[in-house]
Amino acid sequence: MSRTTPNILDRPLGGRGSRAGTADAQVSLSSFAYLYSELVQYHQNRVDSISELERRLESSGYQVGLKVLELITYRNREYKREIRLMNILQFVSTQVWKSLFGKNADSLERSIDNANEFMIVDYEPLTSTFVSVPADLGQLSADAYMSGIVAGVLNGAGFQAQVTAHSVALEEGEHNGAPGWSGSLLPPRKEKAVFLVKFAPEVLERDAGMD
Amino acid sequence: MSKSSASTNGATLWAKTPKANAELFSLTYGSLVTEVVRDADGNVNEINEQLEKIGYSIGIRSVDEFLAKSNAAHCRSLQDTAQVLGKTAFKMFLGIDCDVQILSPTTFSLIMQENPLYLFVELPENYKETLQYAILYCGIIRGALEMLNYKVECTLVKNILKGDDVDEIKVELKQILQDGAGDDYKED
Repeated sequence: MSRTTPNILDRPLGGRGSRAGTADAQVSLSSFAYLYSELVQYHQNRVDSISELERRLESSGYQVGLKVLELITYRNREYKREIRLMNILQFVSTQVWKSLFGKNADSLERSIDNANEFMIVDYEPLTSTFVSVPADLGQLSADAYMSGIVAGVLNGAGFQAQVTAHSVALEEGEHNGAPGWSGSLLPPRKEKAVFLVKFAPEVLERDAGMD
Repeated sequence: MSKSSASTNGATLWAKTPKANAELFSLTYGSLVTEVVRDADGNVNEINEQLEKIGYSIGIRSVDEFLAKSNAAHCRSLQDTAQVLGKTAFKMFLGIDCDVQILSPTTFSLIMQENPLYLFVELPENYKETLQYAILYCGIIRGALEMLNYKVECTLVKNILKGDDVDEIKVELKQILQDGAGDDYKED
């Protein structure tokens, strides 16, 4: 043993410039895809139903979400804490998305029917880019991991919410931009991912009280 | 293939490959390991075995992508393979530079100064000596080389998380497999 590695809490937090002064640390997209596919397979071998698989993926993502919230907040020099509902949603769909997936979420919508429901839309979610769901798993959304991350960030920030991922068929002409991840190698996606965020009633009450 | 052309090729491939955030990669692996640890009830051999198996399954698939994209020259010896593996493949997939040490005609070591799997990782005391967090790579190498007819054994001999200054994976060639269908498929 030639040197003692400093305790992890004594090391710099990393992020921008942590790796020998270059850009943000990166690995190849396919490495992530392989790893994610193993994560899904690992869980798949241990569950009996689709919903259980989604739940397990969500709980994996949840832990990641809690850590991501902390990371981004510490790196953000303002040390600002979002306390308003819309701000935290903006934070998730821009900053969190950007730092994890390298782009903003495509849109953030409010549900017309229910005041406590919001939707974050991503036309090319990273986690399902290389996944094709077999027919016998029909309803599975491979983006459950991402919804877990969102839930982790929101709950960690004090906004109790349930988040679920849904694959929704694209309407004609809705999104025909060039696929961002793998250039033109992949066929255009027929589905988008919608992350449905359902806030607990007390969160809305609290937010209304701040107006 | 010479050492320098293998690393030039690696750098070129890395430059054009689409990227993902290494933190997401690291955190995702972290959550997978956590899950494996929980399921194995703390049986550390089972944990290592499972992580190695996960790597193996990545290896047998990623080798296809590597061969399709890398344009690497034919390897004439295990030394060549070691260079391509360390200098080209590790660079292309993980963006890291690996040192390759040839130990004997049938063994070599890959030495990594940095490891994207470790970004936020520290092992608790009870797992520090025994849990091989990066054994994933051993599985990947075993799987990938098996598809190329090399049966190898990989061991993580040095491990940053344990307190070593580098990660070292020792690869030992056990057997060169023969091409062709297995016995089950042969006609009588």
